[in-house]
Amino acid sequence: MTRSLTIAAIGGATLTLLAGCDLGPKDSVQTGYRGAGLAQIVDRSRVAEATAIPPAPYPLPPDEGPRASETYQNVQVLGGLSTERFNHLMAEMNQWVAPPEAGCNYCHNPENMASDEKYTKIVARRMIQMTQRINSTWASHVKQTGVTCYTCHRGKPVPDFKWALADGTPNPRSIRGNRRGQNAPDPNVGYASLPSDPFAAYFAGKANIRVASDNALPSADHVVSIKDAEKSYGLMMHVSSALGVNCTYCHNSQSFRAWNLSRGQRATAYYGIRMVRQSNDEYISPLQSVFPANRKGPHGDPYKVNCTTCHQGLSKPLGGVSMIDQAPVLRGPLVTPAATEAGPAGSGAVLDALANPGAMTGKNEPAPTPARQ
Amino acid sequence: MALLSFERKYRVRGGTLIGGDLFDFWVGPFYVGFFGVTTAISAILGTALIFYAASLGPTWNPWLINIAPPDLEYGLALAPLREGGFWQIITICAIVAFTSWALREVEICRKLGMGYHVPFAYGFAIFAYVSLVVIRPLMLGAWGHGFPYGIFSHLDWVSNTGYQYLHFHYNPAHMLAVSFFFMTGGALAFHGALVLSSVNPGKGQEVKSPEYEDAFFRDSIGYSVGTLGIHRLGLLLALSAGFWSAICIIISGPFWTRGWPEWWTWWLNLPIWS
Repeated sequence: MTRSLTIAAIGGATLTLLAGCDLGPKDSVQTGYRGAGLAQIVDRSRVAEATAIPPAPYPLPPDEGPRASETYQNVQVLGGLSTERFNHLMAEMNQWVAPPEAGCNYCHNPENMASDEKYTKIVARRMIQMTQRINSTWASHVKQTGVTCYTCHRGKPVPDFKWALADGTPNPRSIRGNRRGQNAPDPNVGYASLPSDPFAAYFAGKANIRVASDNALPSADHVVSIKDAEKSYGLMMHVSSALGVNCTYCHNSQSFRAWNLSRGQRATAYYGIRMVRQSNDEYISPLQSVFPANRKGPHGDPYKVNCTTCHQGLSKPLGGVSMIDQAPVLRGPLVTPAATEAGPAGSGAVLDALANPGAMTGKNEPAPTPARQ
Repeated sequence: MALLSFERKYRVRGGTLIGGDLFDFWVGPFYVGFFGVTTAISAILGTALIFYAASLGPTWNPWLINIAPPDLEYGLALAPLREGGFWQIITICAIVAFTSWALREVEICRKLGMGYHVPFAYGFAIFAYVSLVVIRPLMLGAWGHGFPYGIFSHLDWVSNTGYQYLHFHYNPAHMLAVSFFFMTGGALAFHGALVLSSVNPGKGQEVKSPEYEDAFFRDSIGYSVGTLGIHRLGLLLALSAGFWSAICIIISGPFWTRGWPEWWTWWLNLPIWS
């Protein structure tokens, strides 16, 4: 009796543990020199599926004929676009963003389409500017694939994945129930006990990840608290979850800091962090007074973007499919090559940065040695 | 027990598993046996190959010598010698050498009519090694998942493989293994301290018997595991440490591919409170 109970208990416990496991076939991709443990191992059934790309509402018309500014009133951003193309983009936004039951009326007053009375129209205008800014100046992150409204919105008026300042503890001066922003299994940080709101520090404002020192020994020039280190670890958990990759997708853990040991993907992510920050700080947060309360977090700040907003479990959003040719105006104004060399703009900027990593971190580091991939 | 010059060493014939009387002899103090011969051949061949492969590499710095397994693209096939083939042959040599050594221990146990506790215990170390370079690579479908032979390079492998699961301290088997390693060290320290305390009673006093050792722990924690029991406990703790180490890496990849912290969501999702 006791024996069969024991067997049942052990069997039950084993089943419980295995039930939480990935038992399906795996795929492996090597991301560094052989034998260094640099690999992505994924369970095929767990790979996030790319969202289906919606078909164009109708074929893209040529950019000819009267301009939108001549046909319509109050066209502040896209006035130079042809009316045909402008209408096409509006149809796309209808499909990409507006809820089906509202359609055009989600942003427009049907009695007066030019009116700015609905907050959604003001937000949409700013978001078009943001999209153009991303596509024209952040090729270091979005390459020539670019982004459209659909990259974040996926047919919904509010993207599924977003963040606002965390609620915080009810009694910050008490030790009772005060988790000090950590020690909770928060999906933001991959369910670890790490500080669970890395977004406020790194996806708004200017905080940099400068945890590892360039000295072997402690130095007064480089004092970083363990919690600061864990905060950056929390951000990295978010990046990993958002992209569906592990740490070795970008880093060689021999030195997380050394650019010459990292893959090019790390530089792409480096610019991505800054792109997200600019989108939040210059485009979304200034709309605080425009958004109604139900579009804001517990502290009254608008919902902002992070890596998951676009990536949604894939290293390339939408599986790397480019939709920008369906809406070429979202590429934004052309940036001359001379300007790209100065900043993190052109697609060549990533390689330039890797060749001179010290320029990114402000510290002297050797250029990367070509490693066999 | 140490063999001193005036001590007679009694040599017991028989007990061999293979080879009958052919290898049933001693070289100096060392019993040979069939498995002593296979140990020597595979160990010498493997070591020579390590030196040869190192000589083809870029450095003789002992910290940096690296003999790495093949690229993942070779899967479970043989790789060219300089691109992981040496690693494959050295791995075979190592497994043959370790297994032969365990079987040589078995033969000595049989000679002396002892239990097989020593080769059984050593078998856990072999299991841990085989888990890393055979079992897990087989389950993941490529020899390239094994760890490289090199001091720094195998540490890089450990670190990077841990970071494949974002935060390895959340691996439940790793938690058990680490706990058992700590307990093993603690038990050994307590045991050593207790024995030394009873044989070093202070000037002019008699060496104390095991009853004193039992009394010490009965007084301090209410229970003594006993003179034989402490060795059973020590063996259990040490073997558990090695066993769960092997399990923690076998499950990383073949049974779990995401961050280990996320694995614990099964607990959060139990129907009792979710």
